[in-house]
Amino acid sequence: MDVFEILLTGGFWAATLRIATPLIFATLGELICERAGVLNLGIEGIMTMGAMSGWMWVYMGGDLVSGVMFAAFVGGLFGLLHSQFVVYLGLSQHVSGIGITMLASALSYFVFRMLLPDATTPPKIEPFQSLPVPFLSDLPFFGPAFFNQTAMTYAAIILVFAVWYALYRTPVGLAVRMAGENPMAAEAQGIDVLAVRTGAVVVGSAFMAVGGAFLTMSAFDAFYFGMVNGRGWICVALVIFASWKPGKALIGALLFAGIDAWQVRVQQLPGVNIPYQFFLMAPYVLSILAMIIVSRKALYPKALLVPFRRGERT
Amino acid sequence: MRLEPREHSSTRLTLMAPVAAVFVALVLCAGLILWTGENPFTAYALLFKGSLGSRFALTETLTRATPMILTGLAAAIAFRAKLWNIGGEGQFYMGALAATWLGAGVITLPPWLMIPFLVLTGAMAGGLLLLIPVILKNKLKVDEVVTTLLLNFIVLLFVSYLLEGPLRDPMSMGWPQAAPVIDEGILPPIMAKSRVHLGLFIALAAAVLVWAVMRFTVWGYEIRAVGHNVAAAAFSGISVNRTIVLTALISGGLAGIGGVGEVAGTKGYLTLDLSPGFGYAGIAVAMLAALHPLAVVLSALFLAAIYVGADSMSRALNVPTYISDVIVAVSVLSVLVSLMLTRYRIRWR
Repeated sequence: MDVFEILLTGGFWAATLRIATPLIFATLGELICERAGVLNLGIEGIMTMGAMSGWMWVYMGGDLVSGVMFAAFVGGLFGLLHSQFVVYLGLSQHVSGIGITMLASALSYFVFRMLLPDATTPPKIEPFQSLPVPFLSDLPFFGPAFFNQTAMTYAAIILVFAVWYALYRTPVGLAVRMAGENPMAAEAQGIDVLAVRTGAVVVGSAFMAVGGAFLTMSAFDAFYFGMVNGRGWICVALVIFASWKPGKALIGALLFAGIDAWQVRVQQLPGVNIPYQFFLMAPYVLSILAMIIVSRKALYPKALLVPFRRGERT
Repeated sequence: MRLEPREHSSTRLTLMAPVAAVFVALVLCAGLILWTGENPFTAYALLFKGSLGSRFALTETLTRATPMILTGLAAAIAFRAKLWNIGGEGQFYMGALAATWLGAGVITLPPWLMIPFLVLTGAMAGGLLLLIPVILKNKLKVDEVVTTLLLNFIVLLFVSYLLEGPLRDPMSMGWPQAAPVIDEGILPPIMAKSRVHLGLFIALAAAVLVWAVMRFTVWGYEIRAVGHNVAAAAFSGISVNRTIVLTALISGGLAGIGGVGEVAGTKGYLTLDLSPGFGYAGIAVAMLAALHPLAVVLSALFLAAIYVGADSMSRALNVPTYISDVIVAVSVLSVLVSLMLTRYRIRWR
């Protein structure tokens, strides 16, 4: 097998979808926040929190679906905190976001150690099982590649369309986009910009947390320290790469995951003597390259990073 | 609820705000300690005793604070110019790498030359790493938050590769660690029977130097002007790109010196766990100090005391050591809010 034949195996495509799933959730979450004008650098910590809280819910006896809901709820709470700081108090979005990441990661590890003080080997839960789509999963090649995933992966794909529809075809979506492009005009239309931004950050953070929960409840079955490992930051890069569009975010996440799945397989080919660290660097190097390609022409939401104060010109 | 700008914000208020905020943070975290079933007063007393209560505790806190002063200054000066350098961790390791590569016997100089040489090359290594995202920002408008963050991961993997390959000490019995820095390059201890080394003086000198540069020189004025209002700075004839590059070299350089200090002072050789997140802690240090270079020293000492004290407290009580990270994060957030309240007052109506 050579480096290109990998692309013809069903396992490669299945892995691509699996690796892309948390990125899709979290990228959509960041995209919604930024579309409303709020950068959310809490993403890395909120994903960690989602991974811990969803997993812990199931470990304590809850079922998987309510575990995902719980992760989303906790993520939303951290979004609410971030929005209080940046939307109502007008603090620097960069600084508050980094603070939220510090707080959410620290609390995740603290709570995990508190509830499981003696766990030396990470305890496991029964994660989401793969759910073959009837008929389609029997197709040769395409079946095992695309239609034998867990429920969360299908949900991620559906969510892309839902977010696209909500942003571009509903009044709420229009309000979100106005809050991020021209909050003064939105306010003149009778839209409560502060409330819209808060709502967007809460919902976006909930999605980030679900992305994190996928790691502990579907991709793996345990919570490890440092398991989010920069995925949140990669998603911030993916939002820019996707020009703040949900469809492009899906393509970006898949492209990214595809290259990641490919490098893991290339590593294992006989005759490849490149040290493994260089393969592990690939996702981070790729994110930087992606940003280099698109940044010069990137059309940031006009009011991104700009706090809005009623009755005050900026 | 509405925010109203204050006409004056008194110096006393600005100085009191962080202290009050840290107090609020400790009260909030007392709730978490109660949840663990321990008495918060006992816990905080043990934390204090473990960080400042004995000569050993105090010297450990000073040792821990040394790199945090430097990474804190790195973040503070960059954030002053609104250059969002979140890559202190990577720059720290680049400095450590330079000290290892040049300090382990390739070059032998007398100590009075060897130590400045290692510090300077470490600073260059850190500064050059930050130059990559800054050039991408200046030339191609690539957002530096993400690139500096991602470079941390890349640098750490690169260090891991070097420690398992070209830089591995043949005498290390297979452990991924580099050869020790030669005696001439070791930062000498400055207090008997402790790990406190010359790096502390270097860090304190750096703090005073950065403060003086920011306060009294044209460079400092330009850095502050760019951070305050880019358009106005450019209009008044300041070369924004040049100022950003200069800030980056200083900022990355300071973090790099932090790495030199840990390799040539505290540890003596490079391992992958050289830093328990000193680069990231530097961001908290800077925020807690409201980006003031001299306040960075105090805030680094405070955070170091929290980390050292929490380690010792959690050995005695049933409180996970992660409480230190929680206290730091809550302090940072409450200081942000408190500083905002020195500039605005809240009107309820």
